[in-house]
Amino acid sequence: MNTKKNEIWSAYQKEIADDHYYFARSCIRQNFFPAAENLYIDILRNVLGKDIYDDSRQTTCTGIAYHSGLIPLETTMTVIARQFALMNEAGYENFVVSCVTSFGLYVETLETWKHFPETEKETRDALKRATGMTFSIPKNIVHASDVIYKFRKKIAEKIILQLKNKSTGEPLKIVDHIGCHYAKIFPQEGIGGAEYPYVLAGLIDEWGGHQVDYPERRHCCGFGFRQYLLKSNRSYSVTNSKKKLDSMLPYKPDLIIANCPGCTYFLDRWQYVIAEMEGKTYGENGYGIPVLTYEELAGLLLGYDPWDIGMQTHQVAVEPLLDKLGVAYDPEKKYKGRNGEDIGIPENPQVLRCC
Amino acid sequence: MMKDLYKELEKDIRYIEGLKSCFNCGVCTAICPAAEVSDYDPRRIVDTVQKRDESELEKLLKGDEIWMCGECLSCKTRCPRGNTPGYIIQALRALSIETGMFTESHQGRKQLAIKRTVGDHILKYGYCVYIDEVDNEMYPEQGTVWKWLRQNRESILERLGTSYNKNQSGTLRHISKKSLDDLQKIFDETGGSRRLEKIEKDSAEKAKELNIDFKEGKDDYFNYLYNE
Repeated sequence: MNTKKNEIWSAYQKEIADDHYYFARSCIRQNFFPAAENLYIDILRNVLGKDIYDDSRQTTCTGIAYHSGLIPLETTMTVIARQFALMNEAGYENFVVSCVTSFGLYVETLETWKHFPETEKETRDALKRATGMTFSIPKNIVHASDVIYKFRKKIAEKIILQLKNKSTGEPLKIVDHIGCHYAKIFPQEGIGGAEYPYVLAGLIDEWGGHQVDYPERRHCCGFGFRQYLLKSNRSYSVTNSKKKLDSMLPYKPDLIIANCPGCTYFLDRWQYVIAEMEGKTYGENGYGIPVLTYEELAGLLLGYDPWDIGMQTHQVAVEPLLDKLGVAYDPEKKYKGRNGEDIGIPENPQVLRCC
Repeated sequence: MMKDLYKELEKDIRYIEGLKSCFNCGVCTAICPAAEVSDYDPRRIVDTVQKRDESELEKLLKGDEIWMCGECLSCKTRCPRGNTPGYIIQALRALSIETGMFTESHQGRKQLAIKRTVGDHILKYGYCVYIDEVDNEMYPEQGTVWKWLRQNRESILERLGTSYNKNQSGTLRHISKKSLDDLQKIFDETGGSRRLEKIEKDSAEKAKELNIDFKEGKDDYFNYLYNE
């Protein structure tokens, strides 16, 4: 869809380092899409030939607790300062953040130190007292999806499948969902800014797909931090996801891609809940709309086996997408264990079709 | 009535950064996902706060509304006067806990349930979320695939190349004692531990007042807060 609106993003650019990254993992991604981060590292190292350091010592940034009103900003800033110190010790200057909440908080911390310089000193002193560590601020901080965006043309040279329907040759219709904390807090830190984020749309354009521009494209997925964490408050979360899903439904998307771990999770799981509670499904023939991360999408197009990159850990079945793309896969291997052994299969939901 | 609440609030840099001058246009409320699904109204909160009325501020700190925000921070992008209602909420929530007023509202009390999940996970596992703690009873929306994954996690997580429970780099690895000690010391040094302890202490008093059993972990008071 080449409209003028789709070109506005080009006015908003940012610096993304070319190589030698220090990687900070995500709380949510590790658990709910447990193969995604290793796939990301594999694509950077073995497809793009980049150096990325995976540190066993790094931890959470505390972002979910912070945005739930649980812990002080001083605590979060000092945990982040420790991550910087670890990056320094490992000999790196470019920080790549796997989580969008974390990315927002790293930027927030640096902005806080600029606006209130005494807080940087207090953080440095607190880190020193607590751990004996000192740190230098990274030269470059980006979200993990920024790096895939930067190298989208190089990836395009290596992909064996395009984002097209194998049977018809038509581009697949794809919804992009950008996590709120990627650019709504600091628009200058996002490719395309807050209004026209292009970090995922650029992948769709480059790899042969068709962007779906629907009314609630920029609405929050509904994480809400403490609102999701409490079972009593979770209707906040599903209601916001449903608003988005209902809004995109008339455009019949083949796929949703997201750059935020929480958003990927909610848009996947809430489709299951809406199906079971209301009997409503958003894909074709009783399926949902598959929800992938940016590196999962790259991985499929590059020819990785879908079951090696964790596609079976999504609640919404990905097979309708695999069939449209023409991905070769063995259905028998989907639910096998580490040595190919039979470990049973998930129960079938009552409504949502899951193969 | 507690005096000088504003004096405390004004020490919080999120309040300083978040409140410039509000002319009540309501754009924040129009864009707000929480306002859409509840009575939460960021315009009203910012307007209340800028009136500088101690009793009105106290009502906010003792009420449910400041806990309804989802911290998506869409309001920061949209405010034409450079305010950030979400930052003001962060400062109000912190003050509500510091003054013990969080136990006066149903939503505020729920901070204990978050402390005993995400808060405790950080210091136990090094991450806010950990597969061993996320069961389908507490998180039924996780669905059938998660249930299968969790039941077979040793096998599946190895197939997917993770470092689950291993002392090495990688996904879901076991975090070393040294790293966990670093986190604990940072929490001790920066007020994080004191904040978590205060939530436990004030919650114990409230539970006694409400006559609900209070011990630790997933006790009756936790279940009441988490589920109702």
